[in-house]
Amino acid sequence: MATANKDLDIKVEYVTRVEGHGNIVVNVKNAKIEKCEFHVVETPRLFEGMLRGRSIFEAQHITSRICGICSCGHSLASVKAAEDALGVVPTEQTVKLRKLLLDYEFLDSHILHVYLLAAPDVLGVPSFIPLIASHNKVVRQVLRLKKAVNDCCDILVGRHIHPITMIAGGWTKLPSKKEIDTQIKLLEGMAADLTDVLNLAKTLKFPDFERDMEFVALVSDDGEYPLLNGDIGSTDGKRVSCKDYRKSTNEFIDPRSSAKWTKWNRESLFVGALARFNLNADKLHPKAKALAKELGFKPVCKNPFLNTVAQVIEIVHCYYHALEILKDLKKNGLDYSQQLTVGVNEKGAVPVRAGDGVGSVEVPRGILHHNYVTDKAGMIKQANCIIPTNQNVNNIEHDFAKFLPEIITQSKADITLKLEMLVRAYDPCISCSAHFLDVKFVD
Amino acid sequence: MKKTTKPAAAPAKAPKAAAKPKVAFFDFASCEGCQLQITNLGELLLDVLGAIDVVEFREAISEKWDKDYDVVFIEGSIADHHAEERIKKIRARAKVLIAYGACATIGGVNGMKNSFELDEIRASVYGKDFKLFDSTKTKPVDQVVKVDYYIHGCPVYAPEILEVVKHALRGLPYTVPDNPVCAECKLNENVCMYERGLACLGPWTKAGCNSWCVNNGNICYGCRGEVSNPAKNANDVISKYNLKPELIKAKFDMYNKCKEGAK
Repeated sequence: MATANKDLDIKVEYVTRVEGHGNIVVNVKNAKIEKCEFHVVETPRLFEGMLRGRSIFEAQHITSRICGICSCGHSLASVKAAEDALGVVPTEQTVKLRKLLLDYEFLDSHILHVYLLAAPDVLGVPSFIPLIASHNKVVRQVLRLKKAVNDCCDILVGRHIHPITMIAGGWTKLPSKKEIDTQIKLLEGMAADLTDVLNLAKTLKFPDFERDMEFVALVSDDGEYPLLNGDIGSTDGKRVSCKDYRKSTNEFIDPRSSAKWTKWNRESLFVGALARFNLNADKLHPKAKALAKELGFKPVCKNPFLNTVAQVIEIVHCYYHALEILKDLKKNGLDYSQQLTVGVNEKGAVPVRAGDGVGSVEVPRGILHHNYVTDKAGMIKQANCIIPTNQNVNNIEHDFAKFLPEIITQSKADITLKLEMLVRAYDPCISCSAHFLDVKFVD
Repeated sequence: MKKTTKPAAAPAKAPKAAAKPKVAFFDFASCEGCQLQITNLGELLLDVLGAIDVVEFREAISEKWDKDYDVVFIEGSIADHHAEERIKKIRARAKVLIAYGACATIGGVNGMKNSFELDEIRASVYGKDFKLFDSTKTKPVDQVVKVDYYIHGCPVYAPEILEVVKHALRGLPYTVPDNPVCAECKLNENVCMYERGLACLGPWTKAGCNSWCVNNGNICYGCRGEVSNPAKNANDVISKYNLKPELIKAKFDMYNKCKEGAK
């Protein structure tokens, strides 16, 4: 088929979520690649602009609306940034519950991505809908797992999409003893289904591809797999405080994308599960380490397709980590006097100062930064949010540049599918991973 | 608070959908969380899928459809020129159009953009190159095309999704509750936020969410939009608790700024 692609014109248009509508554009003339690009053409929603003039106590509520699937992650970055600006130090209990929430966020997001969005590619179908007939048991198991995690989230934060109870300063409502028990029961009830779907994951095959690249994720000095707290680290050996997130992102505008691009020590960087695994594999829960070993999965892995495998390993980690937190809470109880409702701080419950706060958190798709500058009344003067997918867009194009020549002799359909799979492996966000529309070839 | 003259109810004679209707989901400027609320129905999702024929749903499937739709679900606000053209085309092919989620029904958080001069806020995010990225004043769907059913909320509330879907599939009108959230909040025996010293938008906001946020210890942010005639409530609460109307107005602008653009 080598001759089939002397001239090739691929335009894949798709609609994504927060980082927006994205397109793949490939142009080959006389066997020479003229163009191989990944465009993000989202409707700008201008959150950073809209936050100006709002109370710092409203930031969590507003920024969780940046992304439905990552709303808990945005909320966590937001409350951390707000507290940093205000000079509020969260209690140990508050931090513990936030870590639990983050585990739920990872479980929910990764289960969805691995099984409902990425697996259909590997199994050769256009979506999970045909799988309802062909793999009915697994689809039901996956939906049950998701439901159990959602139910846990509902208990902890009121609902999974746009959490209600977690605010800057703490929690408006803490789970009762009975609700802690319910969460433990829900998680323990997932065990059998989880074992089965993990076995399915072991059979998934991904394309062979490697590229030497820079991986960026939170790193820390303690023994815990760092998701909520840490410094920004790189496989290129660099490490900076989250306060210096601009050094690790260096945002720039490319006219083809309404997402801002980033780079650090090289031309592009990778954030996400694979980056976390590559930097922190030794801190994973023993059960997750065991799975990695069984799969022969070792750092530093340079195949971006295997980000999906790193997510599978994180599913195991977060499952056991969440159970450990819950059992600790059951044993030691909760201090309910810490419940607080702040509104826009009408009662002055939280001391307010002018500040410049940063919150950096690992969310399912990679490291997320929020930064707010506030005046002395606690009103936001300036806001900046750097979203994982935006950080990856640039890296995806660099992958394309190496990958396309390696597969250029394959059929157009195969090339398109593989480029789509590569984008999906980054799990850019649920709908973008799920969907590419109007695949057009013009010869 | 401005009075509204627009009735909250769905049209008395709602268009009827076909027996196994072709259903499509489209997203505009939004977080797509409301689509997720649907996928989060869990195994119940499979029952819903059994009653309809989903022909487009970007968030979950790759299939596409080029004929007319019996029912379309629209999520998100209309916030650029391309979106305005696209929603008109979808409307022309759809027998029944359901706006779901605050961004679609009332403009939602996207409406805060309208508090700024358009080019100023664009430049504040993208700098001098802001013109590369098209952006218009935020509009809810019904400021561009006719809407047959509304599912309010940020995010939408699962029991109400099912209610509206059942009504739409049978061609029956669905009436959005037009009493304030307080009615549900009282039944849930929550301590009133005003008694706790905090300004809550429950007295002005349409019920139907079962006072979701207040049940969880937070205030109501007004995501379901204003009740038709909030004036009496507003006066009572504002005078009783000695509130500054500006404080309430600022809180309302988070979700309801687009009301100012209604004809």
